[in-house]
Amino acid sequence: MTRGTVSGIIANLVIVDVRDPVIQNEICMIHHPESSLMAEVIKVGDNKAYVQVFESTRGLKTGTAVDFTGSMLEVTLGPGILSRNYDGLQNDLDAMDGVFLRRGDYTRPLDPEKKWDFVPLKQKGEKVIAGDWLGEVKENLIAHKIMVPFTLEGSWEIEQISGEGSYTVNDTMATIVSEAGEKREVTMVQKWPVKRPLKSFRHKPRPSKILETGIRAIDTMNPITEGGTGFIPGPFGCGKTVLQHAISRQAEADIVIVAACGERANEVVEIFKEFPELEDVRTGAKLIERTTIIANTSNMPVAAREASVYTAMTLAEYYRNMGLKVLLLADSTSRWAQALREMSNRMEELPGPDAFPMDLPAIISNFYARAGYVELPNGAHGSITFIGTVSPAGGNLKEPVTESTKKAARCFYALSQDRADSKRYPAIDPLDSYSKYMEYEELRESLKEVVSENWTDMVEQARDIVLKGKEVMEQINILGDDGVPIEHHVLFWKSEVIDFIILQQDAFDEIDRMTPLKRQEYMLRMVLGIMETEFRFTRFEEVAAFFREMINLMKQMNYSAFESDQFREYEKQLDTIINQRTVTA
Amino acid sequence: MNKIAFKKIYTKINQITKATCTLKADNVGYEELAIVGGRLAQVVKIVGDEITLQVFSGTEGISTNAEVMFLGRPPSLRIGPDLEGRFLNAYGDPIDDGPELSGEEIEIGGPSVNPVRREQPSQLISTGIAGIDLNNTLVTGQKIPFFADPDQPFNQIMALLALRADADKIILGGMGLSNDDYLFYKNTFQNAGSLDRIIAFVNTTEDPPVERLMVPDMSLAAAEHYASTHKEKVLVLLTDMTLYADALSIVSNRMDQIPSKDSMPGSLYSDLAKIYEKAVQFPDGGSITIIAVTTLSGGDITHAIPDNTGYITEGQLFLRRDTEVGKVLIDPFRSLSRMKQLVIGDQTREDHPQIMNTSIRLYADAVNARTKQENGFDLTEYDERTLRFSKEYKEKLLAVDVNLTVDEMLDEGWKLLSEHFSKSEVGIREELTEKYWPAEK
Ligand SMILES: Nc1ncnc2c1ncn2[C@@H]1O[C@H](COP(=O)(O)OP(=O)(O)OP(=O)(O)O)[C@@H](O)[C@H]1O
Ligand SMILES: [Mg+2]
Repeated sequence: MTRGTVSGIIANLVIVDVRDPVIQNEICMIHHPESSLMAEVIKVGDNKAYVQVFESTRGLKTGTAVDFTGSMLEVTLGPGILSRNYDGLQNDLDAMDGVFLRRGDYTRPLDPEKKWDFVPLKQKGEKVIAGDWLGEVKENLIAHKIMVPFTLEGSWEIEQISGEGSYTVNDTMATIVSEAGEKREVTMVQKWPVKRPLKSFRHKPRPSKILETGIRAIDTMNPITEGGTGFIPGPFGCGKTVLQHAISRQAEADIVIVAACGERANEVVEIFKEFPELEDVRTGAKLIERTTIIANTSNMPVAAREASVYTAMTLAEYYRNMGLKVLLLADSTSRWAQALREMSNRMEELPGPDAFPMDLPAIISNFYARAGYVELPNGAHGSITFIGTVSPAGGNLKEPVTESTKKAARCFYALSQDRADSKRYPAIDPLDSYSKYMEYEELRESLKEVVSENWTDMVEQARDIVLKGKEVMEQINILGDDGVPIEHHVLFWKSEVIDFIILQQDAFDEIDRMTPLKRQEYMLRMVLGIMETEFRFTRFEEVAAFFREMINLMKQMNYSAFESDQFREYEKQLDTIINQRTVTA
Repeated sequence: MNKIAFKKIYTKINQITKATCTLKADNVGYEELAIVGGRLAQVVKIVGDEITLQVFSGTEGISTNAEVMFLGRPPSLRIGPDLEGRFLNAYGDPIDDGPELSGEEIEIGGPSVNPVRREQPSQLISTGIAGIDLNNTLVTGQKIPFFADPDQPFNQIMALLALRADADKIILGGMGLSNDDYLFYKNTFQNAGSLDRIIAFVNTTEDPPVERLMVPDMSLAAAEHYASTHKEKVLVLLTDMTLYADALSIVSNRMDQIPSKDSMPGSLYSDLAKIYEKAVQFPDGGSITIIAVTTLSGGDITHAIPDNTGYITEGQLFLRRDTEVGKVLIDPFRSLSRMKQLVIGDQTREDHPQIMNTSIRLYADAVNARTKQENGFDLTEYDERTLRFSKEYKEKLLAVDVNLTVDEMLDEGWKLLSEHFSKSEVGIREELTEKYWPAEK
């Protein structure tokens, strides 16, 4: 094993004198007397290794011994990851003693004693390759596949495989032999270095199916797909986290991995407290059963913050390889970029724009590229849908993290300060935002099937109305209310109907918070129907009053259970007032 | 600072900058304290045997042969019964004629709370100010700053709030406080008979700026002691965090770090987060609530200091002087308490969320109408009503000088809505309008 000694300390950057071989990104342990501290090699040169310590370096002295472990930062993969609360290095937070985090307290990610009911999926004599499913155990609601280690190359033959029964994660489930005669014992646990994409899949077709979130401004206006990527930039307080939490609760995914990366602890506590109580409307199980939380909040060590998004992604890839629909959320990717910046500055690297590292765009795009819809070697499909938030400095989208992310992610949900200020939540700007998947013929076809034949046309129509509304609004602002024809007011108010009834959605209302696609279609169809109606007005003042009344009734509909008596009652009232205003031929 | 016998004394400083000095020494721990020519300093960089020390009070007058001693421990605070009611400097030494502190020495800037051991903030803090209690309700365990121009009365509002907030301990961390403001706090707490609940760590404009860097950690170490060990409800006031951040940038610039936006260190977000994240609700009842002040320059919240703060804190309270009513308001647009969801409509009356949102929406309509008017357009009858509503709303609810219970605020809200608008214009859930809409007179 390679050994070294500490020769310099600048915050969490430690310089280690070392003569023997060192691997880039290798993990080392610094033997501080109070507790050993974990660190990662981030630069090597001149008999020196520059390592970023995942802990506070307070009290550390030069001359302290350092052991290099020979492996890179890895996660432990196996049954028991779901419902866990991990830190950025996959330490089980619940297994730690005491109220305060203790430096160097590293806990086991998986329970070594718990027994899992194993069912083999392969037989003795069968040939397998890395990632093949040897068997499965039931983890909460899912069939957790026990896979041939991803690190293996070539074809292997099963020499022995365990029968149905109860086993712990470290029991040998199978013995496999390579063509060259090398033997391997396979347990339920394997390790994988987080910074290396897990590529045990055949290919990555283009995403084609909508991933329903129950959020109208997303599903209706700019849908994201299974295996899609999206990002949510927005100034502070505009609703990134509220939106992500809503997605994490409601999205139609098998597995949800939430990476709280350099954000507030209280927001994570909200998930800790609520997810064990809340039900997944699709399965009736508690949300926590399909969720894993990676909490590396802003006060936790910066280097571990950088690792946390990779840890989360690797867990997502692992479940994807079981043929599951995984949703990965990271809040906020800007904090990860800032962690990179802090280290790069300490190493006195040549800075790029805004002092971020020069290779930031590449780092971000490589990360987003790990998401996607894949076909596995056995023909099954799995996906990782990834949505990250971005916190642009000063709310200005012309900054390196936003710009780099825009190139990497296919859905853009721009939160607007103006909309947030006027409490038009979710503050997703309907005109700036986009989903590039809407251009995919595959998605348009599948929307026709799952929603309705003319759905995408309806959505286009709604978008046009919003756009026209904005244009006439600008004219009204220049020319004044009576400087424009009454029809302009009608156009403006039509766009307000789309805004209030389709775009705006109360994330804290029991009913309104989640709108299934079927209901989204119903409401959009109804609203567009109203848009086509010709109304009679003699003075422009009447327009606003009438539309406000309509909006009020439709909002009441949004707050009522779908197709309930109450819902119908408001709908009837709406018809009545519409009929009073309608131009009859 | 007198148990330093047998420590090795160094007398050869190689390099001196305005805030730091560098010398060769061995067996030194990172972040350890040292005394340089009688002044307190801290290790900020070790490269080989070269140690860089940050001298808190500045290096003016330090000679290259000044005596340097390392103390072998990180910054700490003495905690004992004689800490209560005391006014201390940034190092935790008394500045109030009282006795020296005794008791156990605790490390400051210690580790953070394991997130799974936190409780969700849950107790409403009532301040009587409707701009806060109605629109931006505060909760124990929350962290929130006032965003204010330097000439606004934020210190008065903070002191008022602290006294009304029913806390077991109030810890004041003053950074770059003017001497007058320092005395103002002292007198206000004294007059309220609350001195025994107060502990203050004060760095005034007369003290060296780098010393301020110790104030938040000192304040929060004390807060953690009372909240965690004694299960008390602790309120920490930090004023002014902009001056704290300025001190950070002085040090980092002296250490040749590459500055990021607005000449602030690239680590500003992490530095501030480490402080604010000390706000916590413990499961057994103790809590730390942080209310801070971030002064703005020319109202610019895109500057790196307020910007990073906004990304860390759980909302912000925006002070604005309103010329129409001639009062200081909590601006409903940019102000936000993100913890309010946890209590409004639940610990307060069911109509709270809707009254809050509807009033602000109508207030926004009024602002649009005002713009229209300023651009020389005729106002509609609706516009006129929004303007009348907004004036009363500002006077009766948004101004910081109101003092009402939350129910009174809600009743006032309904009254204003019903006086100026019809039920269909406000768009509130029908069950609520049926119950609370004031009867026609
Ligand atoms: N859909 C919504 N419905 C109602 N209120 C909302 C909604 N979205 C956001 N808000 C309000 O805005 C506040 C801030 O939202 P959120 O915490 O999501 O902002 P953020 O963009 O994540 O900010 P930061 O970058 O500082 O983390 C919430 O606490 C809530 O009061
Ligand atoms: Mg957020």
